[in-house]
Amino acid sequence: MTLPEIAPRDRDWHPPALAPAYRSSVLRAPRHAPLRFDHTASELTGPVFGQDGIGPDDADLLINYARPGETAQGARIVVHGRLLDEGGRPVPGKLIEIWQANAGGRYRHKKDGYLAPLDPNFGGCGRCVTGPDGAYAFRTVAPGPYPWPNGGNDWRPAHIHFSVFGDGFAQRLITQMYFEGDPHIPLCPIVQSIPRADAVDRLVARLDMEATVPMDIRAYRFDIVLRGRDATIFENRMEGT
Amino acid sequence: MVLKESASQTAGPYVHIGCVPSFAGLEDMYGGVDPGSVMVTGEPAGRRIAFTGAVFDGEGAPLCDALIEVWQADGQGNHGPSNGFTGWGRQPSDGGTGAFRFDTIKPGAVDGQAPHLSLWIVARGINLGLHTRAYFDDEAEANAADSVLRLAGERAGTMIARTTPEGFHMDIYLQGDNETVFLDV
Repeated sequence: MTLPEIAPRDRDWHPPALAPAYRSSVLRAPRHAPLRFDHTASELTGPVFGQDGIGPDDADLLINYARPGETAQGARIVVHGRLLDEGGRPVPGKLIEIWQANAGGRYRHKKDGYLAPLDPNFGGCGRCVTGPDGAYAFRTVAPGPYPWPNGGNDWRPAHIHFSVFGDGFAQRLITQMYFEGDPHIPLCPIVQSIPRADAVDRLVARLDMEATVPMDIRAYRFDIVLRGRDATIFENRMEGT
Repeated sequence: MVLKESASQTAGPYVHIGCVPSFAGLEDMYGGVDPGSVMVTGEPAGRRIAFTGAVFDGEGAPLCDALIEVWQADGQGNHGPSNGFTGWGRQPSDGGTGAFRFDTIKPGAVDGQAPHLSLWIVARGINLGLHTRAYFDDEAEANAADSVLRLAGERAGTMIARTTPEGFHMDIYLQGDNETVFLDV
């Protein structure tokens, strides 16, 4: 078997398991360091998703839950970018799933009881498979900020959750996308669980006027990077190289 | 490497909307079938099992908002979709009890390793998805020779599922005396 290697994860770049200002992490953080071992086929392979089973409107949150002829309420936006690996190479053919609150900050989830109303034409989830150049795009409405019970007066920045698959299960990633200029970003204990400002900055989507459609919809650009894949063959790797 | 990996963030309490929409209450999204909810799609070779468990926090309370994914070999020890089997499953923990359940097949041995399921766990309060493995208590000889279990030493038992009438069961402890071994995958 010949599989591309997947680079080690830089755990100082990611948020630590225990980030006490994010209270939910206190009882859900392992105390032991994770066990290092050499990757096997179990980590270097992963599920493959093609276009089969992906509906034509799955990536269009403006209409994928709306009644016929209607659309979701809120500021219309395109969220687009490319899925890359750490070598800067496009990662084609991979499933990206997103979910978000509506324009008022309310989630369509049985456990969200926030006062802001549901939008009858907005579900809040979408998915697509990256193209040959790693590109992806969703149409949606800009999500609203919302309060959450972390103690005190905590509000999440406007954000969209992203779930991304790579070639190997080791690359599996869930993250969140934020919006350029949002003053809640520096105040949020979840964002600030990330130790480095440059790592936070990479999760902030930029207003993309070039991709905006006049009199229709604004665009935000958000590139996602998965762990690197080397071209070397792991079974034939030279020790010490 | 010219770029750094995008930093992880918690999946949050509403992960179900995007990953298992029917469970969140969006019954008709994606044709009404949550991705990963069915692993056995035909008549694959191998023993059919239910893999059950729950995830517990540092005070012993079950996580009722977790999402668990399984990636595994088929009955012959090969990864990738084959003969009525997807190899990949995704299930929420029960909103009341925290229990999860995968209807799958027992994997064959892969590359000289003992048979195992690869598990990935995300939830509110988990900043970076947790990887672990589930081995099987009826594979004592293979387990004794498995390199990952050997590295885990005296904590290896936290990655061994026990036999039940339907298959196997493994509880996962995020923190505390019985803390599960998590892997730096």
